[in-house]
Amino acid sequence: MNSLKESLSRQYNITQWKEQHRGLHFCMAEKSQARDLIGHLRDVQGFGHLVFMTAVDHIEEGCFHILYMLHNYETRQDLGVQVEISRKGESMDSIHHLWPAAATYQQEMREMFGIDFPGSPGIEENFVLEGWEDKPPMRRDFDSLEYSEKTYYPRPGRKKYDTREYMKEKLYPSEAETW
Amino acid sequence: MVNNTLDKFPPVIDGKSRYNLESGKYLKVWQGPQHPGITGNMSLELIICGDEIVDCKTHVGYLHRGFEKLMERRKYIQCFPIVCRICVPEPDFNEYLFAAATEELAGIEIPERAKWIRALNLEMARLTSFLMWVGGQAGSFGMGTIGQWTVTLRDYMLDRFEELSGGRIYHMYMLPGGVRADLPEGWSAQLLDTLSLIEKTLGDVELAMMHNAVFKKRAVGLGYIDPAMVEPYGITGPNARAAGIKRDIRKDSPYLVYDQLDFEVITGTRSDAYERCRVRIAEMYQSIDLIRQILDRMPKEGPFFQKLPNVLHWKIPAGQTYLRAECTRGEYGFFVQSDGSDKPRRVCVRGPSYTHAVALMQRLAVGCNIADTAGLMVSLHTYPPEVER
Repeated sequence: MNSLKESLSRQYNITQWKEQHRGLHFCMAEKSQARDLIGHLRDVQGFGHLVFMTAVDHIEEGCFHILYMLHNYETRQDLGVQVEISRKGESMDSIHHLWPAAATYQQEMREMFGIDFPGSPGIEENFVLEGWEDKPPMRRDFDSLEYSEKTYYPRPGRKKYDTREYMKEKLYPSEAETW
Repeated sequence: MVNNTLDKFPPVIDGKSRYNLESGKYLKVWQGPQHPGITGNMSLELIICGDEIVDCKTHVGYLHRGFEKLMERRKYIQCFPIVCRICVPEPDFNEYLFAAATEELAGIEIPERAKWIRALNLEMARLTSFLMWVGGQAGSFGMGTIGQWTVTLRDYMLDRFEELSGGRIYHMYMLPGGVRADLPEGWSAQLLDTLSLIEKTLGDVELAMMHNAVFKKRAVGLGYIDPAMVEPYGITGPNARAAGIKRDIRKDSPYLVYDQLDFEVITGTRSDAYERCRVRIAEMYQSIDLIRQILDRMPKEGPFFQKLPNVLHWKIPAGQTYLRAECTRGEYGFFVQSDGSDKPRRVCVRGPSYTHAVALMQRLAVGCNIADTAGLMVSLHTYPPEVER
């Protein structure tokens, strides 16, 4: 994989190259080069399998990391290419022309994270959520507990316990001091 | 494949079929979400011309429980009752992958015996899931009796799971550090008896199904997957192997103890519904053989669990990993990212149905007879819960 790293570094700005375990590497790429890089990895370097695409919300840094996990069946290597984009309404290039299946991942990311992929087939359509008007639910600032309490209000007469306190008192009274 | 030379297919503009429902030529039919031919809660929006499908759109979302989001709020150990529920017929792969990813990030090595027991558990899950699938496949072509045989056999396997883990469907048996309990006394002999019974009945299933003239007539040529489609559509597992693609994660990137077991990757020649069925039935026999090998070769004594720190205060070092396993439907994977706290930062589940049930199904359904939709869908072996985690 070192030769791959060197080869990619000659053409693209690749940073934070890291081996997680044998056969799995992660790296960061620039947004402006991401689509070319992924096409290069597929067509020249043999990473023909798009394993999955997802996003990770780094709310503290005000950005998303979009992760493209690619697999090379010949060398049995995985490469996770991460691209940083701003949380403030920034869009990302679509790769549906490389893998038709990518359109589904992109449709889901638009719905769950609010990341747009202009030109991706069906990107405007609902995927899992229908009639959702709240903020995209996979963002870190979407509080699922608050949403649940607001939407499915507590039933009258139902007692509410703090789970941690309840477990401490009722289930493990002898170990309470170790908590 | 949309063929514009045929009059019945509407024109395709910008990659979409443009049909006029008011022309009286086309009819929109919903198959699902409550339909016996649908594998779980999802629906297909079909546009038909006569009895032929000219356009298909998959709709999911009927089963969305937000597992990936819920896991961000829970400690690692509290995620286990959640992960197994991502795939109902085959929960063990979720448990294994999440446990293994947690172990890798935490730097924990599990005992050798735990690896064997985990592999045993995964092969049992594979066989159990296939038993459910074969019933669905036969039932979708009108052979309900076969489904009754195999669901009974599945129930015997669930009995073995119950004796092993206490749970029939969701086991929560594989936890970080190893497995939760040792094999009960006399359990292995019971499992071997169950396997003999399954093997015997599988012969009958094969005879009644694969040599049935009606089944052959309907399944041969249905939902043909060209080998050139495998990479663009991310097709894995028996769907790809039936097309002659010799890929199996257990062989290519062995995990647990698969490098110590003797087996060959089963492939077909032409991936249509019939060939996929043939490959899967062969993999059921293979799974039975693997369970026997594991029971024979595994260490009979030794630790099966590595002691962990207090799991309620367990902080996992920052990092990220992706692990995969070969489940009945193809590549199943877990991406886990930790930020150094006691809860996962992000968990992403890669289920094979994600591509098989959406992009691939939408393409293969076009040109099919509406009566074969259920058979086609089951032949792709899709489970919607892993699409919408």
